[in-house]
Amino acid sequence: MDILSLFVIVPVLVILTLIFTKGLKQARMVTMVGGIVQLAMAINLVFAYVKERAVNDAIMVFTRDIVWFENFNIHYSIGVDGISVALILLTSIIVLAGVFISWKMLDLPKEFFISLIVLATGVYGFFISIDLFTMFVFYEIAVIPMYLLIGIWGSGPKEHSAMKLTLMLMGASAVLLVGILGIYFNSNADGGALTFNILEIAKVNIPFEAQKLFFPLTFIGFAVLGALFPFHTWSPDGHASAPTAVSMLHAGVLMKLGGYGVFRVAMFILPLGALEWSWFFIILAAIGVIYGAFAAIRQTDLKYINAYSSVSHLGMVLFALLMLNKTAWNGAILQSLSHGFMTALFFALIGMIYSRTHTRDITKLGGLLKVIPFISVIYVIAGFASLGLPGFSGFVAEMNIFVGAFQNDGMFYRVATIISIAAIVVTAVYILRVVGIMLMGPVKNPEFVNLPKATWFETTGIMLLLIPIIGIGVAPFWLSEMIVQSLEPFIQGVL
Amino acid sequence: MDLSYILLIPGIPLAAFLILGILNKKIQPSISGLLGVVGMATSTLLSYYTAYQYFFVQTKVNGAFQVFSEKIVWLKFTETLHIDMGFLIDPISVMMLVVVSTISLMVHMYSRGYMKDDPGFTKFFAFLGLFTFSMYGLVLATNLFQIYIFWELVGVSSFLLIGYYYTKTSAVAAAKKAFIVTRFADFGFLIGILIIGFYTGTFDFETLNNPEGAAILNWASTSFMGLSVITWALLLIFIGGAGKSAMFPLHIWLPDAMEGPTPVSALIHAATMVVAGVYLVARLFPMYFMVEEGFALQIVAYTGAFSSLFAAVIAITQTDIKRVLAFSTMSQLGYMMMALGVSGFDGHAGVGFMASMFHLFTHAMFKALLFLGAGSVIHAVHSNYLKDMGGLRKYMPITNITFLIAALAIAGVPPLAGFWSKDEILVAAFENSKLLYIVGVIVAGLTAFYIFRLYFGIFWGKKYNSEHEPHESPTSMTIPLIILAILSFGVGFIPFSNFVTADRMGFDAHLNIPLATIAVAVGLIGIILAWLFYKKENDLADRFANAFGIFYRWASHKFYFDELYMFITKKIIFKRISAPIAYFDKKFVDGTMEGIGNKTLLFSGKIKGMQSGKVQDYALAFAGGAVILAIVFIYLWTN
Repeated sequence: MDILSLFVIVPVLVILTLIFTKGLKQARMVTMVGGIVQLAMAINLVFAYVKERAVNDAIMVFTRDIVWFENFNIHYSIGVDGISVALILLTSIIVLAGVFISWKMLDLPKEFFISLIVLATGVYGFFISIDLFTMFVFYEIAVIPMYLLIGIWGSGPKEHSAMKLTLMLMGASAVLLVGILGIYFNSNADGGALTFNILEIAKVNIPFEAQKLFFPLTFIGFAVLGALFPFHTWSPDGHASAPTAVSMLHAGVLMKLGGYGVFRVAMFILPLGALEWSWFFIILAAIGVIYGAFAAIRQTDLKYINAYSSVSHLGMVLFALLMLNKTAWNGAILQSLSHGFMTALFFALIGMIYSRTHTRDITKLGGLLKVIPFISVIYVIAGFASLGLPGFSGFVAEMNIFVGAFQNDGMFYRVATIISIAAIVVTAVYILRVVGIMLMGPVKNPEFVNLPKATWFETTGIMLLLIPIIGIGVAPFWLSEMIVQSLEPFIQGVL
Repeated sequence: MDLSYILLIPGIPLAAFLILGILNKKIQPSISGLLGVVGMATSTLLSYYTAYQYFFVQTKVNGAFQVFSEKIVWLKFTETLHIDMGFLIDPISVMMLVVVSTISLMVHMYSRGYMKDDPGFTKFFAFLGLFTFSMYGLVLATNLFQIYIFWELVGVSSFLLIGYYYTKTSAVAAAKKAFIVTRFADFGFLIGILIIGFYTGTFDFETLNNPEGAAILNWASTSFMGLSVITWALLLIFIGGAGKSAMFPLHIWLPDAMEGPTPVSALIHAATMVVAGVYLVARLFPMYFMVEEGFALQIVAYTGAFSSLFAAVIAITQTDIKRVLAFSTMSQLGYMMMALGVSGFDGHAGVGFMASMFHLFTHAMFKALLFLGAGSVIHAVHSNYLKDMGGLRKYMPITNITFLIAALAIAGVPPLAGFWSKDEILVAAFENSKLLYIVGVIVAGLTAFYIFRLYFGIFWGKKYNSEHEPHESPTSMTIPLIILAILSFGVGFIPFSNFVTADRMGFDAHLNIPLATIAVAVGLIGIILAWLFYKKENDLADRFANAFGIFYRWASHKFYFDELYMFITKKIIFKRISAPIAYFDKKFVDGTMEGIGNKTLLFSGKIKGMQSGKVQDYALAFAGGAVILAIVFIYLWTN
């Protein structure tokens, strides 16, 4: 059994076991054990990867290839590099934290956890795939459960939000499929066979005209999931309606598929297309960064604030990817990880506040530091991490992005970069606005004078997410090294 | 010189922060106070030891104090650009170690009394530890990025401590304001750093400041809008410094920051953090001085001078004693900036640099003392306002005497500390620009006036009448006052110019008798006027204020800068940028997507008639589809 396929097999086993469970207690126990096993596997993978990397300088390691559908040369082809290893670790941590946060999921717990794990399976599969078709299949596996998770367990206008989210992502998938097929039909440009294998295609010199045509399709197809302006509107509504653990997984992991796909597929396979189109998407990404931040200032619903904040932070990921240099790319990957942990933490905290006060409207809340000190203090810390304070992961990521972006000379890049940097000020405004209104100040609502303190499972969930944020922020070198090493082959493609 | 022990200096407060922060309520307040003080005392001793070793034991090389540094790569951006973490030991960083540790220790000791019955006592000491650690990191930084990192950390400590009384709405607003205004300034700072990194290929201070290095020699290689890009970078970095050091027009956060507990105001907003901007310019002084004939330095000088005058005028009109001191701080910081701005580099030409650092040093002592004295008064009368005070000298003799010493020091009365450093600043200004010199003298007079207005207002003037009699503060508070009073008296005698100079060589400074006489005379006039106005209760001051009419009103409203910023943030950024974007997003961006959805529904409504349930219709559709597919396949086949 190879070390990577386990990441698909174990969740499937968890799902199969879940089918036979009864009631909340059994369901969550099975999911939790599964989650712990996956986390252990992910940690093991990191060490195994580091060891393997020392002796193996292939682009992808732990590769495995099984022919799946011969006629179209579709393979179940897997392998990882430092970037996917890091993202797999992120996924396993967020899934486990999500289980702890859903400890009291009372409605249809079994079905809920099954859908959640299906989503996770898709995500793991996506990160280990190096075959475009397999990757696309896993992508769809990850997206579909969202519809059920929001539509059934959501709140507010959940049907509408679920429909909107699914339709927009499906629309993007359609565009993406055209892009992928375009790549496939051009993969024989150097005279070889048609193939979906990313590593094989990357060696092929796809004609410039085709790159120019298919890059934007692939880019947009993936980037919609990464909340590219102006295709981001599914995200605030979707998050607002989704249950806590789903928001966490969605913003924390699923949205990362966008940036990862852009990097792994669009940039790696179509570098000439990327060079040709980068200016256009840089404009959209930079708008997204500053626009999301400004839009967040006006929101009063905690989830909307966080959703727009995600638009801004993930805009930064796309922006960095388009800068086409190693430092910025390193920043983009770090930002993906950092945002994953931070936003999951935020959604977890928002869920805890909501479950206690039954409101997410910050104008109705106030003085929570006095009432639920632990949750509030963590919220403040998450806020500082989000606004890029040194000592937390966001700072490391953003500085890589800014320094990287600054390596591109020329007025256009400079202006776009400075606009993006300006977002750090706006971010401070909307974060401190929430902190000031909701956590500090006098307790506004007499109902909220006595609220239950954080429980052990809530604390565990929080700590799982907080430790990596601080860990990356204080000691970024090891992670940064692992990512940079893996960027080498990609950067050669662009240059 | 073995330097590894230096890590303990910031390490101890960091440990205190972690221990106290994590244990928080589980630890007795008395123990956490003791832990904080003992830790800080150790750190202070190590700082003094370093200073002694550095200035007296280490030998000079070619007549200059050596520079020691040790660092590790913390985060690598490219082969040449990386963030290092480490420490840089040179005259100004050693001097700052002494300042930070001394004041922090005094504040730790004082806080044990001042915060005695506060429910967040341990948390307070934890925050003090965090701040002290960050401030050490800032002064020891070896490169621009390291200083930026700790710069942000002192900013956040400041936020936490200003907002310490977090249930008070005004404290929350003040904390937010301080953070956001300085963050805005840091936006400039960061871009400046990025420019430096891109054009010089390094963030390292030693490389950047090397007069024979590429950064300084090649400043002219790229220019933008008529100025060297390096000059732009230095100006942007100065914006960061101006934000922290409350220079006009980024000063608006400092008066509000007085919402924090008074020991915090003494430590952060008077003696240490707010001088970070001055320190930053001093840290990059060779660059400021040599790039583009010191163009950026000129801007520093004039910004400093204007801020100094502006703040001194406002200080006269304020009625909250902490705000008087806040504007006084801003004014004195402007003084230091001005001194840096008019300085040369070598030998006696660098008197401005030396004077600025000297004033930073002496100011830290007497301003911390003024704040702690004010805290002692506030502790006794439970009010910040002059109207609630008066005649307190009988009740609080120690506070009275120590406050008087600090007031004399800041007013520049010989032989107290402020006299010496202020004299050097005026000498430097005189040699560079007569205009700046005159501003300096006027500010000296205004300073003497407002500080003695404060002194007489608190300790003399009308009789104190209230139900309860104010008491002298406990010894935990008065001991730091006495120590600082001794320092405020004595530190002026340190031959500073032999130790801390721009070229690290040292020179012999002499008192410039004519300039000193003028400065002292102006100071005395200020004191005498304050004596006439405020020593006994009379209406002279009011009559005077009325004579100035509108100007007085403007000054007492701080020239309406708060209102201006309020207008910009609330009316322009919130109403005119943020709200329209949120609206635009809902209405147009999302509206378009929703529109597409609705159109699809409409369309599907039209075509749903196809699924009529009649088998014939399906058969027809099936056959039609099959034919079309067949045609497509045949077409593809034949091609």
